Amino acid sequence: MFPRIPMLNYDVVVIGGGPAGMAAAVRAKELGLKVLLLDENDHLGGILPQCIHPGFGLHYFREELTGPEFAARLARKMVELGVEYKTAARVLEIKNYSDLEKVVVFTSPSGAYGVWARAVIYAAGARERHAFEIGIVGDRVSGVYTAGEAQTLMDIYGIMPGREVVIVGSGDVGLIMARRFALEGAKVKAVIELMPYPGGLARNVIILRDFDIPLYLSHKVVEVRGRGRVERVKVVKVDENLNEIPGSEFWIEADTLIISAGLVPNVKKLTAIGVEIDPSTGGPVVNDRLETSVPGIFVAGNALLINDLVDYVAEQGELAAEGAREFIENGGIGSRKWVKVEKGENVRLLAPHYLSGDRDVYLYLRVARPMEDVELRIPEIGKKMKLPVVKPAEMLRVKLKAEEIRKAEKLTVEVVRV
Amino acid sequence: MKTKVAIIGAGISGASIARVLSKYENLEVHLIEKAPDVGWGVSKANTALIHGGYDDDPDKYPTRAKLCIRGNRLWHRWVKELEIPHVWNGALIVATREEDFDELERLLERGRRNGVPEMRIVDKEELFHLEPGLTKEAIGALWVPIVGQIGPIPAVIAITENAVANGVKTHLETEVTGIRVENGEVKGVETSNGFIEADIVINAAGLYADRIARMAGIDYFEIHPRKGEYWIFDDDVPGPRRVLFPTPTPISKGIVVTTEISGHLMIGPNAQDLPPEEKENLATTREGLEQVWEGAKKLWPQLPPRSKVIRTFAGLRPEPTGGDFIIRAEEEVWGFINVAGIRSPGLTSAPAIAEEVAEIIQRDLGIQLREKSKWNPYRREISHLFMMSPEQVNEAVKRNPSYGKVVCRCNNVSEGDILEAIERMKLIGVKTPSVDSVKFRTKATTGTCQGSFCRPKIVELLAREYGVEPWKVTLKGKGSEIGVGDVKALLRGDA
Repeated sequence: MFPRIPMLNYDVVVIGGGPAGMAAAVRAKELGLKVLLLDENDHLGGILPQCIHPGFGLHYFREELTGPEFAARLARKMVELGVEYKTAARVLEIKNYSDLEKVVVFTSPSGAYGVWARAVIYAAGARERHAFEIGIVGDRVSGVYTAGEAQTLMDIYGIMPGREVVIVGSGDVGLIMARRFALEGAKVKAVIELMPYPGGLARNVIILRDFDIPLYLSHKVVEVRGRGRVERVKVVKVDENLNEIPGSEFWIEADTLIISAGLVPNVKKLTAIGVEIDPSTGGPVVNDRLETSVPGIFVAGNALLINDLVDYVAEQGELAAEGAREFIENGGIGSRKWVKVEKGENVRLLAPHYLSGDRDVYLYLRVARPMEDVELRIPEIGKKMKLPVVKPAEMLRVKLKAEEIRKAEKLTVEVVRV
Repeated sequence: MKTKVAIIGAGISGASIARVLSKYENLEVHLIEKAPDVGWGVSKANTALIHGGYDDDPDKYPTRAKLCIRGNRLWHRWVKELEIPHVWNGALIVATREEDFDELERLLERGRRNGVPEMRIVDKEELFHLEPGLTKEAIGALWVPIVGQIGPIPAVIAITENAVANGVKTHLETEVTGIRVENGEVKGVETSNGFIEADIVINAAGLYADRIARMAGIDYFEIHPRKGEYWIFDDDVPGPRRVLFPTPTPISKGIVVTTEISGHLMIGPNAQDLPPEEKENLATTREGLEQVWEGAKKLWPQLPPRSKVIRTFAGLRPEPTGGDFIIRAEEEVWGFINVAGIRSPGLTSAPAIAEEVAEIIQRDLGIQLREKSKWNPYRREISHLFMMSPEQVNEAVKRNPSYGKVVCRCNNVSEGDILEAIERMKLIGVKTPSVDSVKFRTKATTGTCQGSFCRPKIVELLAREYGVEPWKVTLKGKGSEIGVGDVKALLRGDA
């Protein structure tokens, strides 16, 4: 099929060398699979090497690490186990010939190759929403960066992007970048949040107070103006329906605008082979082995759904590897029946979408709006969990027992006031 | 002795003129541009169409009518000689009301007068065969197969590279501050980088052509900017196969729906007249973009969700007094040639404009042009990983491993592609490293993520190849630097 490019042979190809991919490759190797990991960066670790702040690994390694430390631990495990990997290797295409025959075509500085594989674990992460996607108009000038790009500039390349900064979005990434800029001596003039509540984890919202950074809730940036460089940004207040309030506009002078308006799973390579996408997560519809609607294609990490903790990402990588092993050994992921999990009251998104009842699973979900003194309920199996507070920023992770799942025809997850 | 020619403005008109004049051995051609790179003015932001030539009324706008169809024919050759990205996909001017057919008949008749081949009116059935996604309101259309699309800045780059290969000298980042005229003859051009002697001065200064003309004492026209705004969507959004126009109104060709050559659905432009002093106002506006959205929806009802937009932008067209192109040797100043008011269809007309200027030099200035015995019409495009098969990638990495290394993941642009682009930038005299210069040559940063992954890497490559600190690399020339210093600069207080 590719007579003129070198063909390699593996049980499983892992696409992406971030925490999900590395954890998947490690687990696959431990399970005895012949595994190849491909990553397009020059280094392993995905985004973690630029996340120089602490807060990683409390669940997965039971100790607090920085991003580079977290990445290094997984990378070391890969090396110790002899997991094969290629960096600077970009996947051009996944071809799905049949359930157990897939070809991953990639290019690298040593050339283009095809890899025959029986299963693929897709862990290619997410991308950030940019200024155009959130409807900002005006001039196209230097000084407008996504938070991740600013972080790359500062913490990989050592470039200071600007002096006076406005940040769009009070999610974790936006808040961490607010602190990062402040620590380098920049003036963070405002964090602008569309919703009436902050978007990040409580431990990160404190940053604003620590560094005396103004937070504008129920506001949005609508326009950026400048000649070569950002000179000022226009902010407007919104009402409870997120409609702009006429006459509430004001300008903030700044030379830098950082967009931290959320992440979108990278799924184009998957949709190209017909993988079904859940519009609410932006990632694939998966079963409890994190297998997509195309048999033998597994997905983990932020390509599945946007996680708040790297620990969950790594956990998903392991789960996908276990799925790949089962798929290869049994010629598929089988189940007597699939129990569909549905979103109920105040659940914005969840995964996995189908459960077999053959094993215990973690459900990952996010609420649509913050609430206090609530219960997470799955009425079909009489499950109830008390929670003092829920926020869209914090992912909920719920363990379900195999026997609980087996009892049900379907499951509905809801978060309701007690 | 050689006749010295100074062309002011390295847009599509100026570059095309430079290329055509580079054919003659008795001319010494200088191409002067105030921007850091070529094609960054009017040529940068437009609908990128090679129009059909049916649109311009030969009685009201004879120059436009004549040069548009001639330009279209020339482009069919130029894109091949210069390896300019292009597609000849034809246009449909769509009728949604019975009375629209009267206008389509008028366009058909006008097209025939202008010499446009192969046009005809198609009925509803054929229309939906040509374009199944059109609005169900459509009842017929004028079908113009010779319409096409090109990359406008890649075209200016290709033409300039070819002109330079044939001996044209470029002066980038050189702003014209005066025209020296003695005894009714031009003597040269005063610039921010000194005096450039010239026997012939060609004013192809786009939006600033009126200001340049006044420097030579010619003030019978004024240029005002007409702004048009555009939306571009992600490449997984389905778009039409043809260029779709609504039936035009007396003031506008209307909002176009098209799949541009990189495969992205694009809609626009609207038309907003700005005062003459707003020649730098390229800001997009809410109102303008909404107007485009509403207009496009009438032809193409399945517009994607707003979250599928990857870019919005605005362009300015130079609208001259009178509305027709002003292409003439001015009698009161010998040697001064205006190429002014090159509004739509200026991109289409550019090769014909260039030939017209050569004609004017012979006919009106009486300079006999002698063709070079060896003039090279060809220019090779740089490598593009996204156009290579995996086998071709393996050939390329044998020459240089960087051809196998992807930098821009949305568009599969390799490090090798980018290094070639930088080499070509230097070849035409680009002095200030900018991400936009790389973008227009490689398509890096124009995909789904809009450069948030690859821009830092491109900055690193530019910094290395130009030997500057990375934060001094610019987005689009001086004043748009990527950063203010290294990460400790503010703490040290020396940024």
